[in-house]
Amino acid sequence: MIKLEYPFTKDKIRELKVGDMVLISGKMFTGRDAIHKYLHEGNPSPVDLNNQIIYHCGPVVLENKDGSYEVKAAGPTTSIREEPYQWEVMRDHGILGVIGKGGMGPKTLEGNKKYGCVYFHAIGGAAQVLAEKIKSVDNVYLKEKFGSPEAIWELTVDEFPVVVTMDAHGNSLHEKVNTDSSNKLKSLL
Amino acid sequence: MAVRKKKKVAKTSSTKKKVAKKKVAKKKVAKKKVAKKKVAKKKVAKKKVAKKKVAKKAVKKKVQIAKKVIKKANSDKALFDTMLELTRVTSAEIPDDVQKVVLKALAREEKNTTAEYAMNIIQANIVLAKKKSQPICQDTGTIHIFVEHPVGLDQTKFRKITEKAIVKATQVGYLRQNSVDSLTGKNEGINIGPGHPDLHFKENPKRKSVKISMMLKGGGCENVGAQYSLPNTELGAGRDLDGVRKVILDAVQKAQGKGCGPGVLGICIGGDRGSGYKYSKEQLLRMLDDTNPHPDLKKLEKDIVETSNKLGIGPMGFGGKTTLLGCKIGVLNRLPASFFVSISYMCWAYRRKGIELSNKMEIKNWIY
Ligand code: SF4
Repeated sequence: MIKLEYPFTKDKIRELKVGDMVLISGKMFTGRDAIHKYLHEGNPSPVDLNNQIIYHCGPVVLENKDGSYEVKAAGPTTSIREEPYQWEVMRDHGILGVIGKGGMGPKTLEGNKKYGCVYFHAIGGAAQVLAEKIKSVDNVYLKEKFGSPEAIWELTVDEFPVVVTMDAHGNSLHEKVNTDSSNKLKSLL
Repeated sequence: MAVRKKKKVAKTSSTKKKVAKKKVAKKKVAKKKVAKKKVAKKKVAKKKVAKKKVAKKAVKKKVQIAKKVIKKANSDKALFDTMLELTRVTSAEIPDDVQKVVLKALAREEKNTTAEYAMNIIQANIVLAKKKSQPICQDTGTIHIFVEHPVGLDQTKFRKITEKAIVKATQVGYLRQNSVDSLTGKNEGINIGPGHPDLHFKENPKRKSVKISMMLKGGGCENVGAQYSLPNTELGAGRDLDGVRKVILDAVQKAQGKGCGPGVLGICIGGDRGSGYKYSKEQLLRMLDDTNPHPDLKKLEKDIVETSNKLGIGPMGFGGKTTLLGCKIGVLNRLPASFFVSISYMCWAYRRKGIELSNKMEIKNWIY
């Protein structure tokens, strides 16, 4: 088990390899379809994402009476939808980590290598376990524009469990498992 | 009622007999008149009694109607509560048969692997969701409801009350706001709309009570479902069980971990494109440890699970020993011209619960 702690650095990120089980502590920012498209269109980010991690997640957030927020469920959403945009967000905004589920494609893998970034796979469906790891909701951006699930939520997490499935050296666990299972199937048919 | 009527008949006939006897014994006209008067008096008395009875009956009827209205309102409320509770439990708790295979899969994975890591988190999530009575997964999915009922259930009313319960379940957070207008992209936030919930009724004259099964099926796993038309030249799959096997395994390989595996397959051989998919989902209502009555299908179900678990896709597609937790196959007739194999993939967050209702529309017992 590897512990990755805030502030994150590109050096630390490049040390990670496919298959590493990692517990992330510190900050992360949610971002899904609307945000990726928005950044892709050249709009400025409302928050500095340099050396930050983006989490593909549309959390269920409750607003308390005192104006504070509480995350009720926070599992990952399917990442492949951001495949056209993700590498650009790496290039233009300096992110060094992406968390999601299902893996991403060759453009992202290339981006990882070029800009020093990794793809972390969270456990799909584990909404309650992952929500428990969120210690505080520190801010929210573009909520009025895109609605709660599509907003950028700034979260502080403690030991958030993920697996590196695409590293900064051109390796993808998804590619490997896909190829291996395909070959295996041919031999079994 | 029957006893009362008999008594009445007995009384009337005995009076009549009395009258007759009097007639025979005293043949004098005068006495006859007296007797007639007596009879007339008796008749009047009887009429009065009858009137009273009618009045009483009317009151009784009114009371009965009122009672029925109250009963109806009570049973409407009971059905609403029942559907709300069924939704809460379905969303927060995994059925026992699924829990069993998840634990088995966890035990099977090698220690300190990503596969074991994933299965551990999955198991922790199952426990936590139940404890907190919160949705197991934030995608609370399409709401499939299957109702099997005796003759005479008011389906329109059942649907109305069920929809009300779903709106409430959404408001209190048992369900996510999960139903979107396909043209405008608008989410009304109540989980009701064309096709939502996915409600099916089946009348069964042999049934004494209403049986309801609910299944929540998320988008991630629905997206990796597949339908094949045999023969499939690319896969070398013909119109026989071997061809069926080939396309099923192809679907498992293509799904990788994207449907939040390890998953369970519901499969229909035959039917048309519509009925095939529907029946494939109904296979997911079967208990994981049941036995397919058809020996060939029983064999195929077992073979699919074993072969899939040799592919090394593993939990979440991280690699590992458990790719599938189960496989259930059913058959429908087909047209001579077509041969479909429809495959529905259910993620590990396999949410299905069932209940049987009392005649007061309360939960009598749980199935699954
Ligand atoms: S596939 Fe299942 S576990 Fe995964 S996100 Fe969807 S509903 Fe949840």
